[in-house]
Amino acid sequence: MVEAGTVQAIEVTINGEKHEATVPARQLLVHFLRDSLGMKGTHIGCDTGSCGACTVIVDGRLTKSCMMLAAQADGAEIETIEGVAQNGELTPVQKAFHEQHGLQCGYCTPGLVMAATFLLRRNAEPTEEEIRRAIRGNICRCTGYMNIVKSIASAAGEAA
Amino acid sequence: MTTTAPTETPLETGRYVGQNVPRVEDRRLLQGQGEFADDVWMHRQGYAHFVRSPHAHARIVSIDVRRALELDGVYAVLTGAEAKEMCQVPFFQIAPEPAGQIEEYPLAVDKVRYHGDAVAVVLAETRELARDAAGLVDVEYEPLPAVVDTVAAAEADAPLLHEQVGTNVAWHGTYDWGDIDWALENADHVVEIDRLHFHRFSSTPLECNGAVVNWDPGTDTVTVSSNNQMPMFASMVIGPTLGVPSNRLLFNTRDIGGAFGIKIGSYPQIAALALLSRKAGRPVKWTEYRTDHMLSAGHGNERVFLDTKVAVMRDGTILGFKTRAFDDAGGYLHYEPLGAVIWSQVCCGCYRFKHIQVDYTETLTNKCPTVPNRGYSRLQHLWLIERIVDIVAHELGFDPVALRKQNYVQPDDYPYETPNGCVYDSGDLPRSLDIALELIGAERWRQRQRELGRGSGKRIGIGIGSTLDSGTNNFGQARIINPELPFSGNGEAAYVKLDLYGEVNVNLGTTPQGQSHETTAAQVVADVLGVSHEMVHVTAGFDQRNNTYVAFSGTYASQFAVTGLAAAQGAAEKLRKEIVELAAFALQADADEIEIEDGTCYVRSDRERAIPFIGIANLVYSNNAVLPMELRDRYSLNCRHVYVPPFQVPDPAAKRGNLTLTYASQIHACVVEIDEETGEVAILEYAAVDDCGRRINPKIVEGQVHGATALGLGAALYEAFEYDEDGQLQQASFYDYHAITALDTPEIKTADIESPSPFTPNGAKGMGEGGGAPLHAICSAIQDALSDEDAVVSDSHNPWERVWRLVHSGERGEPRGVVVSSRDGGESVSSRDGS
Repeated sequence: MVEAGTVQAIEVTINGEKHEATVPARQLLVHFLRDSLGMKGTHIGCDTGSCGACTVIVDGRLTKSCMMLAAQADGAEIETIEGVAQNGELTPVQKAFHEQHGLQCGYCTPGLVMAATFLLRRNAEPTEEEIRRAIRGNICRCTGYMNIVKSIASAAGEAA
Repeated sequence: MTTTAPTETPLETGRYVGQNVPRVEDRRLLQGQGEFADDVWMHRQGYAHFVRSPHAHARIVSIDVRRALELDGVYAVLTGAEAKEMCQVPFFQIAPEPAGQIEEYPLAVDKVRYHGDAVAVVLAETRELARDAAGLVDVEYEPLPAVVDTVAAAEADAPLLHEQVGTNVAWHGTYDWGDIDWALENADHVVEIDRLHFHRFSSTPLECNGAVVNWDPGTDTVTVSSNNQMPMFASMVIGPTLGVPSNRLLFNTRDIGGAFGIKIGSYPQIAALALLSRKAGRPVKWTEYRTDHMLSAGHGNERVFLDTKVAVMRDGTILGFKTRAFDDAGGYLHYEPLGAVIWSQVCCGCYRFKHIQVDYTETLTNKCPTVPNRGYSRLQHLWLIERIVDIVAHELGFDPVALRKQNYVQPDDYPYETPNGCVYDSGDLPRSLDIALELIGAERWRQRQRELGRGSGKRIGIGIGSTLDSGTNNFGQARIINPELPFSGNGEAAYVKLDLYGEVNVNLGTTPQGQSHETTAAQVVADVLGVSHEMVHVTAGFDQRNNTYVAFSGTYASQFAVTGLAAAQGAAEKLRKEIVELAAFALQADADEIEIEDGTCYVRSDRERAIPFIGIANLVYSNNAVLPMELRDRYSLNCRHVYVPPFQVPDPAAKRGNLTLTYASQIHACVVEIDEETGEVAILEYAAVDDCGRRINPKIVEGQVHGATALGLGAALYEAFEYDEDGQLQQASFYDYHAITALDTPEIKTADIESPSPFTPNGAKGMGEGGGAPLHAICSAIQDALSDEDAVVSDSHNPWERVWRLVHSGERGEPRGVVVSSRDGGESVSSRDGS
């Protein structure tokens, strides 16, 4: 039994592809991505918007998709981890994470790749301090952040 | 009492072992194509949500599920009383009597015993509906007084958690090796420390617990697709409770988003989900919310040490110590009280203490049950020992570096037998310490510290944290806790085969959560078989249907490099032998003339005569009539190996035995700057020197050292689970539980020593947990910074407020909690208590 007013029709572009859907008003964007669209790459690590595992880019802005309703994404252009590599070709950020051992369990990795990608678009030669500041919203429990910082610095160096 | 004999054939560094081979796991994880617990989906599944107690201690008066069931889309609700009816027996208890009388079922029955204790579970069509429905379950509680203090819980008048047990003492025992009373009698100095407290925290893996559990009505088989990291332990406990035999309780895992020991503790929830699935006739999907994780997944051991007395000689030799330890198990015993013996793997820490007495009490309290958090039980004891060494240095005026080096187990002492019969395999602690101090520029900072003086508003401190990471434990130590337990030894299984077209396939019994098993196992197997590591496919995750498991299978306790890789090595060696024999037949040569290169077998003296793996596989799989009968019977190209370490059963009466096979070490050093006005601790330098024997993949080892360091620093400065007097958890989300971030974490300088273990097939030692060196090092640094203050760092958690109190402790006239008695020329002369 669905009551009128508790769902919303939305149109959203994700990694360049248009999607039309009817979403429950209360559905979080991250659940829309994962459950409705089957895009499992964006992860959930908390319920308070603290951990960054759900990080995506919405209309060019780094966004925690658990802090946004799917309904709010109507008309938006969203980039998720699935859209980063092109035809299986990893980007410099992804390659750098691989070469510098910037991931262990991989759970925080999609969020970090999005954060790193977003940083390097704005700041092609970040200092270590700027890198750490840019990823302060992403919790990683495995790596101690050392190799993540090295990965991002290396990717910046690559692009330079 | 045994000394482990060195093994015969250590794995040589080949093409891949010892190299920084990049990880095969990365490709899928970097593209968001990993398969984690919430990614698993089953047709007809419902979503589960637990109803949890808001009270720390209460009687369950009634549970009314009618409103929940009336909600459209709700499939079923299960209460504790129903769960008990459906169970054959309560959960198996490790504890001896009387704590063995604890009756725990998958959901709370009659009483709740901690804030977050689950009383019911709801199954509904969507995640959101399950949560709505859980909110509609009406539970009436009669609150009871709660006990949250570990020591108070042991008192006779404390509120009783489990009535049938009659006490909150889950276990008590006295460990007594050497003769500490003699040592204290004859020591030149006795340092008495009133109270040391190791706090409660958790590694909080980024991925919470999750599972899809299906009790299939057709086959009466329960399938558990989860991120539980010790599936056979879970199976051993919940199988008899559910009344499901082992061969119909099938666990599997895939990618796991960190575990750190916490995901050993999800078996009660999994059991509840199995019953819910059976009741509802549907698969049950559960993805734990972070809040639920903080409340109920499991916390690390909190331990209080009272009345510690240390015997010290004039020359700085520390003879030993006695202490009364109180460990906090929480509301139920999940894996506890094993922690009551696990610490004794490192009874003397890095040091040559000969006399140790620990009066150990484990108590039940109205808090979240304890689980084996990273560094399980050894962390707490190693911290105690480092505090002892640090406080002794501070009180008696010894140089903390010299005192440690003097008392360390020396390089020539290995293999070193400790007072309780454990054998430290190898290491070089003094050199590790020297390297760590050099990395932080200790001399320069000591100079700077002297120059800084009073009145600058800042204090510099240099700290040292020495620790061991004991790996591959002998489960026989469980008998020291409870002699009735039929457990001993350890082991891990691996399966290496050539598949239909000659592909090399590996299955493991492990449940990796970021430790790179697919990559390192491929390195080992590739070197044994003489193939490129890209030719070796390691199937990710654990699957019982592969039959590649033993009771100890899983990933925990810093043992994979030994147990998992030795199993893979053994299976690969068996396979290599089969391949060589078959090649010898095919090429009409002797076996010792055959060499393997990149997946092809050659006759060494005539390389024209060759057969690739695909040809070998063909002979066995689809063309076996060309083989003589004796080869057909003997070779299958499917080789299973179980590595079993050479343990004996420990002696429960003497509480002695060879409890762990390997001892990796980590020596950390740091420089901190304390702000006198705020108590903020800034880390100016940090270095970690690890020694884990032969490193299979150095970069991966270093990543583990980084990770352990960050979590240790997080616990030292930012992370704590605290309960108020009503048993309400104060940190149930990442707002309040400050998980360490990239901004908080300093640059971690690392160096390594490789002291191969003589006891393992590959010379490696398990590592990964780390041993909590940052906690020891930060406490040591704060102690050093405040050496003028007479402050005593006595807590493992030092947030700003606590440090501020330490800075100003002199002014505040608080008791120091340390008394030194010194003997001069045979007479007990002075007693200084710093008042």
